Amino acid sequence: MTALFTLTDIDFATTERQILHHINLTVDAGDSLTITGPSGSGKSTLLRIMATLLTATNGQIAYNGRPLSEYDPFAYRKEVSYCFQQASLFGDTVYDNLSFPYVIRNQAFDETHALEALSQVELGPDNLHKPITELSGGEKQRVALVRNVLFTPKVLLLDEVTTGLDADTKTIVHHFIDHLNQHHDVTLIAVTHDETEINTANHLITLADGQLEVTA
Amino acid sequence: MTQNLIVTPSALFFAVALVAIALLLNFKEKIGLEKDMIVGVVRAVIQLTVVGYVLTYIIKVNSIFLTLLMVLIIIFNAAWNAKKRAAGMNNAFWISLLAVTVSTGTTLVLLVLARAIKFTPSQVVPVSGMIASNAMVAIGLCYRNMNTSFHDLRQPILERLALGANLKQASSGIVRDAIKTGMAPTIDSAKTVGLVSLPGMMSGLIFAGVDPTKAIMYQIMVTFMLMAATSIASVIACYLAYPNFYNADDQLI
Repeated sequence: MTALFTLTDIDFATTERQILHHINLTVDAGDSLTITGPSGSGKSTLLRIMATLLTATNGQIAYNGRPLSEYDPFAYRKEVSYCFQQASLFGDTVYDNLSFPYVIRNQAFDETHALEALSQVELGPDNLHKPITELSGGEKQRVALVRNVLFTPKVLLLDEVTTGLDADTKTIVHHFIDHLNQHHDVTLIAVTHDETEINTANHLITLADGQLEVTA
Repeated sequence: MTQNLIVTPSALFFAVALVAIALLLNFKEKIGLEKDMIVGVVRAVIQLTVVGYVLTYIIKVNSIFLTLLMVLIIIFNAAWNAKKRAAGMNNAFWISLLAVTVSTGTTLVLLVLARAIKFTPSQVVPVSGMIASNAMVAIGLCYRNMNTSFHDLRQPILERLALGANLKQASSGIVRDAIKTGMAPTIDSAKTVGLVSLPGMMSGLIFAGVDPTKAIMYQIMVTFMLMAATSIASVIACYLAYPNFYNADDQLI
Protein backbone atom coordinates (compact mmCIF):
# COMPACT_ATOMS: atom_id res chain seq x y z
CA MET A 1 0.00 0.00 0.00
CA THR A 2 1.30 3.49 -0.86
CA ALA A 3 1.64 5.79 2.13
CA LEU A 4 -0.59 8.88 2.06
CA PHE A 5 2.36 11.12 2.95
CA THR A 6 6.04 10.36 2.47
CA LEU A 7 8.42 13.00 3.75
CA THR A 8 12.02 12.54 2.70
CA ASP A 9 14.90 14.55 4.19
CA ILE A 10 12.83 17.64 4.89
CA ASP A 11 14.86 20.67 5.92
CA PHE A 12 13.53 24.11 6.67
CA ALA A 13 15.63 27.15 7.46
CA THR A 14 14.97 30.85 7.81
CA THR A 15 17.70 33.48 7.45
CA GLU A 16 18.17 33.26 11.23
CA ARG A 17 18.14 29.54 11.98
CA GLN A 18 17.65 25.97 10.84
CA ILE A 19 14.19 24.88 12.04
CA LEU A 20 13.86 21.35 10.63
CA HIS A 21 16.68 18.86 9.98
CA HIS A 22 16.27 15.86 7.70
CA ILE A 23 12.75 14.85 8.67
CA ASN A 24 11.75 11.45 7.29
CA LEU A 25 8.20 10.38 7.95
CA THR A 26 5.41 8.34 6.46
CA VAL A 27 1.73 8.70 7.28
CA ASP A 28 -0.81 6.13 6.12
CA ALA A 29 -4.34 6.96 5.03
CA GLY A 30 -6.77 6.90 7.93
CA ASP A 31 -3.96 7.26 10.48
CA SER A 32 -4.22 9.49 13.52
CA LEU A 33 -0.72 10.87 14.09
CA THR A 34 0.19 13.04 17.06
CA ILE A 35 3.29 15.22 16.92
CA THR A 36 4.65 16.60 20.17
CA GLY A 37 7.81 18.30 21.34
CA PRO A 38 9.00 21.43 23.11
CA SER A 39 8.04 24.93 21.91
CA GLY A 40 10.17 26.04 18.97
CA SER A 41 11.01 22.45 17.97
CA GLY A 42 9.49 22.93 14.51
CA LYS A 43 6.14 21.12 14.93
CA SER A 44 3.99 23.90 13.47
CA THR A 45 6.51 24.52 10.72
CA LEU A 46 6.33 20.85 9.71
CA LEU A 47 2.53 21.01 9.65
CA ARG A 48 2.57 24.22 7.58
CA ILE A 49 4.94 22.64 5.09
CA MET A 50 2.54 19.70 4.75
CA ALA A 51 -0.27 22.24 4.24
CA THR A 52 1.82 23.97 1.50
CA LEU A 53 1.65 27.23 3.43
CA LEU A 54 5.46 27.02 3.59
CA THR A 55 7.91 25.30 1.26
CA ALA A 56 10.69 23.07 2.58
CA THR A 57 14.19 24.39 1.94
CA ASN A 58 15.28 20.86 0.97
CA GLY A 59 13.68 17.46 0.67
CA GLN A 60 10.62 15.95 -0.92
CA ILE A 61 7.03 15.42 0.15
CA ALA A 62 4.89 12.95 -1.73
CA TYR A 63 1.13 12.88 -1.25
CA ASN A 64 -0.62 9.80 -2.63
CA GLY A 65 2.67 8.90 -4.31
CA ARG A 66 3.02 12.17 -6.21
CA PRO A 67 5.28 15.11 -5.27
CA LEU A 68 3.40 18.09 -3.80
CA SER A 69 4.74 20.28 -6.61
CA GLU A 70 2.52 18.34 -9.04
CA TYR A 71 -0.68 19.35 -7.23
CA ASP A 72 -2.71 22.49 -7.78
CA PRO A 73 -2.11 24.15 -4.38
CA PHE A 74 -5.68 25.42 -4.03
CA ALA A 75 -7.24 22.01 -4.74
CA TYR A 76 -4.67 20.36 -2.45
CA ARG A 77 -5.42 22.76 0.44
CA LYS A 78 -9.13 21.95 0.13
CA GLU A 79 -8.26 18.27 0.48
CA VAL A 80 -5.56 18.65 3.15
CA SER A 81 -7.09 21.15 5.53
CA TYR A 82 -4.96 23.06 8.04
CA CYS A 83 -6.54 24.32 11.25
CA PHE A 84 -4.63 27.03 13.10
CA GLN A 85 -3.84 27.32 16.77
CA GLN A 86 -6.09 30.11 18.11
CA ALA A 87 -7.83 30.37 14.76
CA SER A 88 -8.94 33.83 13.85
CA LEU A 89 -12.37 34.18 12.35
CA PHE A 90 -12.79 36.67 9.53
CA GLY A 91 -15.68 38.90 8.45
CA ASP A 92 -18.36 39.97 10.91
CA THR A 93 -20.44 36.89 11.74
CA VAL A 94 -20.21 33.11 12.04
CA TYR A 95 -22.09 32.96 8.74
CA ASP A 96 -19.27 34.88 6.98
CA ASN A 97 -16.92 32.09 8.05
CA LEU A 98 -19.11 29.10 7.34
CA SER A 99 -20.23 30.40 3.95
CA PHE A 100 -16.62 30.97 2.83
CA PRO A 101 -15.90 27.30 1.95
CA TYR A 102 -18.98 27.41 -0.31
CA VAL A 103 -17.97 30.74 -1.86
CA ILE A 104 -14.53 29.43 -2.86
CA ARG A 105 -16.16 26.36 -4.45
CA ASN A 106 -18.79 28.45 -6.26
CA GLN A 107 -21.54 26.57 -4.44
CA ALA A 108 -24.68 27.80 -2.70
CA PHE A 109 -24.50 27.85 1.10
CA ASP A 110 -26.06 24.72 2.62
CA GLU A 111 -27.58 26.05 5.83
CA THR A 112 -28.94 22.69 6.99
CA HIS A 113 -25.51 21.08 6.70
CA ALA A 114 -23.81 24.04 8.44
CA LEU A 115 -26.29 23.94 11.35
CA GLU A 116 -25.84 20.18 11.67
CA ALA A 117 -22.06 20.62 11.81
CA LEU A 118 -22.40 23.37 14.41
CA SER A 119 -24.61 21.11 16.53
CA GLN A 120 -21.90 18.40 16.42
CA VAL A 121 -19.60 20.78 18.30
CA GLU A 122 -22.51 21.74 20.58
CA LEU A 123 -23.19 25.14 19.09
CA GLY A 124 -26.87 25.91 18.61
CA PRO A 125 -28.50 27.32 15.46
CA ASP A 126 -28.71 30.81 17.02
CA ASN A 127 -24.93 31.00 16.59
CA LEU A 128 -25.04 31.08 12.79
CA HIS A 129 -25.70 34.81 12.53
CA LYS A 130 -23.93 35.76 15.74
CA PRO A 131 -21.25 38.47 15.50
CA ILE A 132 -17.84 36.88 15.99
CA THR A 133 -17.06 39.50 18.65
CA GLU A 134 -19.71 37.86 20.87
CA LEU A 135 -18.07 34.40 20.78
CA SER A 136 -15.80 33.03 23.49
CA GLY A 137 -12.37 31.62 22.62
CA GLY A 138 -13.70 28.04 22.72
CA GLU A 139 -16.67 28.92 20.51
CA LYS A 140 -14.38 30.61 17.99
CA GLN A 141 -12.12 27.56 17.85
CA ARG A 142 -15.11 25.26 17.29
CA VAL A 143 -16.48 27.52 14.51
CA ALA A 144 -13.02 27.49 12.90
CA LEU A 145 -12.93 23.70 13.06
CA VAL A 146 -16.40 23.43 11.51
CA ARG A 147 -15.24 25.86 8.77
CA ASN A 148 -12.42 23.42 7.96
CA VAL A 149 -14.63 20.34 7.70
CA LEU A 150 -17.91 21.54 6.10
CA PHE A 151 -16.54 19.84 2.98
CA THR A 152 -14.99 16.77 4.58
CA PRO A 153 -11.24 16.89 3.86
CA LYS A 154 -9.10 13.81 3.31
CA VAL A 155 -6.55 15.06 5.84
CA LEU A 156 -6.96 17.38 8.81
CA LEU A 157 -3.80 19.10 10.05
CA LEU A 158 -4.48 20.32 13.58
CA ASP A 159 -2.06 22.83 15.05
CA GLU A 160 -2.62 22.80 18.82
CA VAL A 161 -6.32 23.41 18.30
CA THR A 162 -7.23 22.57 21.90
CA THR A 163 -4.66 24.84 23.52
CA GLY A 164 -6.33 27.23 25.94
CA LEU A 165 -9.70 25.47 25.84
CA ASP A 166 -11.48 24.37 29.02
CA ALA A 167 -11.86 20.64 29.74
CA ASP A 168 -15.48 20.43 28.49
CA THR A 169 -14.69 22.18 25.21
CA LYS A 170 -11.64 19.96 24.74
CA THR A 171 -13.84 16.89 25.11
CA ILE A 172 -16.30 18.23 22.53
CA VAL A 173 -13.46 18.95 20.08
CA HIS A 174 -11.85 15.52 20.67
CA HIS A 175 -15.15 13.72 20.02
CA PHE A 176 -15.73 15.72 16.85
CA ILE A 177 -12.25 15.04 15.50
CA ASP A 178 -12.26 11.35 16.46
CA HIS A 179 -15.64 10.95 14.77
CA LEU A 180 -14.18 12.36 11.55
CA ASN A 181 -11.28 9.92 11.75
CA GLN A 182 -13.32 6.84 12.61
CA HIS A 183 -16.46 7.38 10.54
CA HIS A 184 -15.31 9.54 7.62
CA ASP A 185 -11.75 8.17 7.13
CA VAL A 186 -10.22 11.58 7.68
CA THR A 187 -6.49 11.22 8.35
CA LEU A 188 -5.50 13.28 11.38
CA ILE A 189 -2.11 14.85 11.98
CA ALA A 190 -2.21 16.83 15.20
CA VAL A 191 0.43 18.92 16.92
CA THR A 192 -0.11 19.08 20.67
CA HIS A 193 1.31 19.73 24.11
CA ASP A 194 -1.76 18.29 25.81
CA GLU A 195 -0.91 15.36 28.10
CA THR A 196 -4.22 13.54 27.51
CA GLU A 197 -3.83 13.79 23.74
CA ILE A 198 -0.23 12.52 24.01
CA ASN A 199 -1.22 9.63 26.28
CA THR A 200 -4.13 8.54 24.08
CA ALA A 201 -2.29 8.98 20.75
CA ASN A 202 -2.46 6.08 18.30
CA HIS A 203 0.80 7.01 16.70
CA LEU A 204 3.12 9.49 18.42
CA ILE A 205 6.25 11.22 17.18
CA THR A 206 8.41 13.73 19.02
CA LEU A 207 10.32 16.60 17.51
CA ALA A 208 13.21 18.17 19.39
CA ASP A 209 15.42 20.89 17.88
CA GLY A 210 13.91 20.26 14.49
CA GLN A 211 14.76 16.55 14.50
CA LEU A 212 12.55 13.52 14.76
CA GLU A 213 13.37 11.91 18.08
CA VAL A 214 11.09 9.06 19.07
CA THR A 215 8.54 7.01 17.24
CA ALA A 216 6.11 5.15 19.49
CA MET B 1 -10.88 88.17 -20.60
CA THR B 2 -7.19 88.41 -19.68
CA GLN B 3 -7.63 91.90 -18.20
CA ASN B 4 -8.91 90.08 -15.07
CA LEU B 5 -5.55 88.45 -14.52
CA ILE B 6 -3.27 90.86 -12.76
CA VAL B 7 -0.64 88.62 -11.16
CA THR B 8 2.84 89.87 -12.05
CA PRO B 9 6.34 88.67 -11.17
CA SER B 10 6.58 91.47 -8.57
CA ALA B 11 3.22 90.46 -7.03
CA LEU B 12 4.53 86.88 -6.81
CA PHE B 13 7.70 88.13 -5.16
CA PHE B 14 5.62 89.75 -2.42
CA ALA B 15 3.61 86.51 -2.10
CA VAL B 16 6.84 84.97 -0.80
CA ALA B 17 5.78 86.56 2.48
CA LEU B 18 3.15 83.81 2.67
CA VAL B 19 5.88 81.17 2.50
CA ALA B 20 7.74 83.07 5.21
CA ILE B 21 4.68 82.78 7.47
CA ALA B 22 4.58 79.02 6.90
CA LEU B 23 8.33 78.75 7.59
CA LEU B 24 8.04 80.85 10.74
CA LEU B 25 5.25 78.64 12.10
CA ASN B 26 7.31 75.59 11.22
CA PHE B 27 10.36 76.90 13.15
CA LYS B 28 8.29 78.01 16.13
CA GLU B 29 6.51 74.65 16.44
CA LYS B 30 9.72 72.67 15.73
CA ILE B 31 7.94 70.65 13.03
CA GLY B 32 11.18 70.12 11.10
CA LEU B 33 9.75 70.50 7.61
CA GLU B 34 11.65 73.67 6.68
CA LYS B 35 13.99 71.86 4.27
CA ASP B 36 11.05 70.11 2.52
CA MET B 37 9.15 73.39 2.34
CA ILE B 38 12.04 75.27 0.75
CA VAL B 39 12.71 72.41 -1.69
CA GLY B 40 8.97 72.34 -2.50
CA VAL B 41 8.82 76.08 -3.14
CA VAL B 42 11.96 76.12 -5.30
CA ARG B 43 10.82 73.07 -7.27
CA ALA B 44 7.34 74.54 -7.79
CA VAL B 45 8.81 77.79 -9.14
CA ILE B 46 11.28 76.05 -11.47
CA GLN B 47 8.86 73.33 -12.67
CA LEU B 48 5.98 75.72 -13.29
CA THR B 49 8.22 78.25 -15.07
CA VAL B 50 9.56 75.53 -17.39
CA VAL B 51 6.05 74.13 -17.98
CA GLY B 52 4.74 77.65 -18.68
CA TYR B 53 7.28 78.14 -21.46
CA VAL B 54 6.88 74.59 -22.79
CA LEU B 55 3.08 74.94 -22.91
CA THR B 56 3.34 78.32 -24.61
CA TYR B 57 5.48 76.68 -27.30
CA ILE B 58 3.26 73.61 -27.66
CA ILE B 59 0.09 75.67 -27.89
CA LYS B 60 1.72 77.93 -30.47
CA VAL B 61 2.99 75.05 -32.63
CA ASN B 62 -0.31 73.10 -32.23
CA SER B 63 1.16 69.76 -33.32
CA ILE B 64 -0.56 66.45 -32.61
CA PHE B 65 2.82 64.79 -32.08
CA LEU B 66 4.00 67.36 -29.51
CA THR B 67 0.63 67.28 -27.73
CA LEU B 68 0.75 63.50 -27.42
CA LEU B 69 4.39 63.65 -26.32
CA MET B 70 3.44 66.07 -23.54
CA VAL B 71 0.60 63.77 -22.45
CA LEU B 72 3.02 60.82 -22.39
CA ILE B 73 5.50 62.79 -20.26
CA ILE B 74 2.70 63.62 -17.80
CA ILE B 75 1.65 59.95 -17.65
CA PHE B 76 5.26 58.78 -17.16
CA ASN B 77 5.83 61.23 -14.29
CA ALA B 78 2.53 60.29 -12.65
CA ALA B 79 3.45 56.57 -12.82
CA TRP B 80 6.96 57.25 -11.49
CA ASN B 81 5.58 59.14 -8.50
CA ALA B 82 2.82 56.59 -7.80
CA LYS B 83 5.51 53.88 -7.74
CA LYS B 84 7.24 55.60 -4.83
CA ARG B 85 4.25 54.76 -2.60
CA ALA B 86 4.59 51.04 -3.41
CA ALA B 87 7.36 50.46 -0.83
CA GLY B 88 9.46 48.17 -2.99
CA MET B 89 6.62 46.18 -4.57
CA ASN B 90 7.72 44.31 -7.72
CA ASN B 91 6.73 45.85 -11.06
CA ALA B 92 5.15 48.84 -9.29
CA PHE B 93 6.29 51.22 -12.03
CA TRP B 94 4.86 49.12 -14.87
CA ILE B 95 1.60 48.54 -13.00
CA SER B 96 1.32 52.28 -12.30
CA LEU B 97 2.20 53.14 -15.90
CA LEU B 98 -0.52 50.84 -17.24
CA ALA B 99 -3.08 52.12 -14.71
CA VAL B 100 -2.35 55.80 -15.42
CA THR B 101 -2.20 55.26 -19.20
CA VAL B 102 -5.49 53.36 -19.41
CA SER B 103 -7.34 55.70 -17.02
CA THR B 104 -6.03 58.87 -18.64
CA GLY B 105 -6.35 57.52 -22.18
CA THR B 106 -9.89 56.20 -21.78
CA THR B 107 -11.16 59.34 -20.08
CA LEU B 108 -9.45 61.63 -22.58
CA VAL B 109 -10.73 59.72 -25.63
CA LEU B 110 -14.30 59.75 -24.26
CA LEU B 111 -14.12 63.49 -23.57
CA VAL B 112 -12.82 64.22 -27.07
CA LEU B 113 -15.38 61.90 -28.72
CA ALA B 114 -18.18 63.50 -26.68
CA ARG B 115 -16.83 66.89 -27.83
CA ALA B 116 -16.55 68.01 -24.23
CA ILE B 117 -13.02 69.13 -25.08
CA LYS B 118 -11.21 69.74 -28.36
CA PHE B 119 -8.07 67.90 -29.35
CA THR B 120 -5.95 71.04 -29.04
CA PRO B 121 -2.91 71.32 -26.81
CA SER B 122 -4.49 74.11 -24.72
CA GLN B 123 -7.29 71.72 -23.71
CA VAL B 124 -5.80 68.23 -23.92
CA VAL B 125 -2.62 68.93 -21.94
CA PRO B 126 -4.21 70.56 -18.85
CA VAL B 127 -7.03 68.02 -18.76
CA SER B 128 -4.51 65.15 -19.04
CA GLY B 129 -2.57 66.67 -16.15
CA MET B 130 -5.71 66.79 -14.01
CA ILE B 131 -6.65 63.20 -14.81
CA ALA B 132 -3.15 61.76 -14.42
CA SER B 133 -2.46 63.55 -11.14
CA ASN B 134 -5.72 62.28 -9.62
CA ALA B 135 -4.98 58.77 -10.91
CA MET B 136 -1.49 59.04 -9.39
CA VAL B 137 -2.86 59.99 -5.96
CA ALA B 138 -5.47 57.19 -6.14
CA ILE B 139 -2.84 54.57 -7.08
CA GLY B 140 -0.51 55.78 -4.32
CA LEU B 141 -3.31 55.45 -1.75
CA CYS B 142 -4.16 51.97 -3.06
CA TYR B 143 -0.53 50.82 -2.69
CA ARG B 144 -0.21 52.22 0.81
CA ASN B 145 -3.51 50.66 1.90
CA MET B 146 -2.55 47.26 0.43
CA ASN B 147 0.86 47.28 2.11
CA THR B 148 -0.73 48.01 5.47
CA SER B 149 -3.56 45.50 5.08
CA PHE B 150 -1.37 42.62 3.86
CA HIS B 151 0.82 43.25 6.91
CA ASP B 152 -1.93 43.73 9.52
CA LEU B 153 -4.38 41.10 8.21
CA ARG B 154 -1.84 38.34 7.73
CA GLN B 155 -3.64 35.76 9.87
CA PRO B 156 -7.07 36.03 8.15
CA ILE B 157 -5.36 35.76 4.75
CA LEU B 158 -3.48 32.64 5.87
CA GLU B 159 -6.75 31.17 7.16
CA ARG B 160 -8.38 31.71 3.78
CA LEU B 161 -5.42 30.21 1.92
CA ALA B 162 -5.44 27.19 4.27
CA LEU B 163 -9.11 26.64 3.43
CA GLY B 164 -8.18 26.40 -0.26
CA ALA B 165 -8.99 29.93 -1.39
CA ASN B 166 -7.12 31.06 -4.48
CA LEU B 167 -5.08 34.27 -4.32
CA LYS B 168 -7.95 36.40 -5.61
CA GLN B 169 -10.41 34.92 -3.11
CA ALA B 170 -7.92 35.28 -0.24
CA SER B 171 -7.23 38.92 -1.14
CA SER B 172 -10.66 40.10 -2.28
CA GLY B 173 -11.51 42.02 0.93
CA ILE B 174 -8.16 43.79 0.92
CA VAL B 175 -8.38 44.63 -2.78
CA ARG B 176 -11.90 46.03 -2.31
CA ASP B 177 -10.80 48.19 0.63
CA ALA B 178 -7.76 49.45 -1.26
CA ILE B 179 -9.92 50.45 -4.25
CA LYS B 180 -12.31 52.27 -1.88
CA THR B 181 -9.38 54.10 -0.29
CA GLY B 182 -8.02 55.08 -3.70
CA MET B 183 -11.35 56.53 -4.77
CA ALA B 184 -12.30 58.14 -1.46
CA PRO B 185 -10.72 61.58 -2.03
CA THR B 186 -12.42 61.92 -5.43
CA ILE B 187 -15.80 60.89 -4.04
CA ASP B 188 -15.42 63.13 -0.98
CA SER B 189 -14.48 66.12 -3.09
CA ALA B 190 -17.39 65.37 -5.47
CA LYS B 191 -19.74 65.46 -2.47
CA THR B 192 -18.44 68.80 -1.20
CA VAL B 193 -17.66 70.50 -4.50
CA GLY B 194 -19.09 74.03 -4.49
CA LEU B 195 -19.86 73.79 -0.77
CA VAL B 196 -16.33 73.57 0.60
CA SER B 197 -14.09 74.19 -2.36
CA LEU B 198 -14.38 75.84 -5.73
CA PRO B 199 -12.03 73.51 -7.56
CA GLY B 200 -9.20 74.38 -9.92
CA MET B 201 -10.94 74.24 -13.27
CA MET B 202 -13.94 76.28 -12.13
CA SER B 203 -11.84 78.78 -10.19
CA GLY B 204 -9.52 79.22 -13.17
CA LEU B 205 -12.38 79.93 -15.56
CA ILE B 206 -14.03 82.38 -13.13
CA PHE B 207 -10.65 84.10 -12.65
CA ALA B 208 -10.36 84.39 -16.40
CA GLY B 209 -13.76 86.09 -16.54
CA VAL B 210 -15.96 83.21 -17.70
CA ASP B 211 -19.58 83.30 -16.51
CA PRO B 212 -19.79 81.03 -13.39
CA THR B 213 -22.83 79.23 -14.89
CA LYS B 214 -20.57 78.18 -17.79
CA ALA B 215 -17.67 77.41 -15.46
CA ILE B 216 -19.75 74.96 -13.45
CA MET B 217 -20.45 72.92 -16.58
CA TYR B 218 -16.72 72.40 -16.99
CA GLN B 219 -16.42 71.55 -13.33
CA ILE B 220 -19.20 68.97 -13.61
CA MET B 221 -17.33 67.45 -16.53
CA VAL B 222 -14.13 67.40 -14.46
CA THR B 223 -15.94 65.71 -11.56
CA PHE B 224 -17.26 62.98 -13.87
CA MET B 225 -13.93 62.43 -15.59
CA LEU B 226 -12.04 62.19 -12.29
CA MET B 227 -14.49 59.63 -10.96
CA ALA B 228 -13.98 57.51 -14.06
CA ALA B 229 -10.22 57.98 -14.05
CA THR B 230 -9.63 57.21 -10.35
CA SER B 231 -11.88 54.15 -10.45
CA ILE B 232 -10.17 52.76 -13.57
CA ALA B 233 -6.70 53.50 -12.15
CA SER B 234 -7.50 52.04 -8.69
CA VAL B 235 -9.05 48.85 -10.09
CA ILE B 236 -6.16 48.20 -12.51
CA ALA B 237 -3.46 49.00 -9.93
CA CYS B 238 -5.01 46.91 -7.15
CA TYR B 239 -5.80 43.85 -9.28
CA LEU B 240 -2.31 43.84 -10.80
CA ALA B 241 -0.57 44.57 -7.50
CA TYR B 242 -2.08 42.01 -5.10
CA PRO B 243 -0.29 38.94 -6.59
CA ASN B 244 2.98 40.62 -5.58
CA PHE B 245 2.20 39.78 -1.96
CA TYR B 246 2.42 36.04 -2.75
CA ASN B 247 5.34 33.89 -3.89
CA ALA B 248 5.56 31.44 -6.77
CA ASP B 249 4.20 28.66 -4.52
CA ASP B 250 1.01 30.70 -3.91
CA GLN B 251 2.04 31.40 -0.31
CA LEU B 252 1.76 34.70 1.51
CA ILE B 253 5.17 36.42 1.59
